Amino acid sequence: MDENSQDFSLEALRAGDRAELARVVDAYSGQIYRLALKMLGNPQDAEDVLQNTFLKAILHFPNFEGRSSISTWLYRIAANEALMILRKQKPEIPVPGEDETDEDDDYLPVQFVDWSSLPETELASSEAHTYLDAAVRQLSEKLRMVFILRDVEGLSIRETGEVLGLTETAVKTRLLRARLQLREQLSDYYRERLRQENIR
Amino acid sequence: MTDHDDTRCNDMLGSLSDYVDGELREDLCREIEKHLAGCANCRVVVDTLKKTVYLYHETARIGEIPVDVRERLFKRLELEDYLKKS
Ligand SMILES: [Zn+2]
Repeated sequence: MDENSQDFSLEALRAGDRAELARVVDAYSGQIYRLALKMLGNPQDAEDVLQNTFLKAILHFPNFEGRSSISTWLYRIAANEALMILRKQKPEIPVPGEDETDEDDDYLPVQFVDWSSLPETELASSEAHTYLDAAVRQLSEKLRMVFILRDVEGLSIRETGEVLGLTETAVKTRLLRARLQLREQLSDYYRERLRQENIR
Repeated sequence: MTDHDDTRCNDMLGSLSDYVDGELREDLCREIEKHLAGCANCRVVVDTLKKTVYLYHETARIGEIPVDVRERLFKRLELEDYLKKS
């Protein structure tokens, strides 16, 4: 994930070097925009997050010590920006899955239809993609953020924890819950596709 | 249905993420695989869970940043001079 992190000169960035900044923006704007869009589901909000993330990064480069990678650091700023927008939209309504002390029983699998061998054309159709995106937005904020960072963006458990200030155990708990919840939702959707496949 | 043991199935659930990520200890993997061999429901859960993770990971490939979004970002950051090279 951080393969090009070392390619940038922190010294130049701290000194306000525009060319170096432009390179950083081009290297990381794609992933920051995607995170924001998946998290918020609205291109305008995602663009706000994108712009604010880099504006804040520019402001804070002088204090950035490089202990984490630039990528992780930018994700952290972006995650906070996205959560701030969500808080503004709907302040603090408790959602199932929000609390670490939740019973694991809430996440027990109930669907046992095997849709995993559906053809790729069905699994990854554009209709399916719309459904996948909508399903992610059904997750509580906390589960959604962990899931997007780890399973969409491909960060490790440790990196996800660094971005969100969570222990690895907390990341794992949320990740499992998010995955199980999404599996149920996808089972709902693909079960129907499977039925139609069998009719044909 | 005789091979279905709810307690065993639920015990397995907690290790499932590590298992599908290939990060579970060898001996625990063996235990899970032994259970899967005799439990059709858990096999479905594992297979569809793997597929769920795979499908979402694939979505990261599509959706690059739109050209106009990049352009506005560069302007906002006063990087217009660098818009062309990339
Ligand atoms: Zn089982």
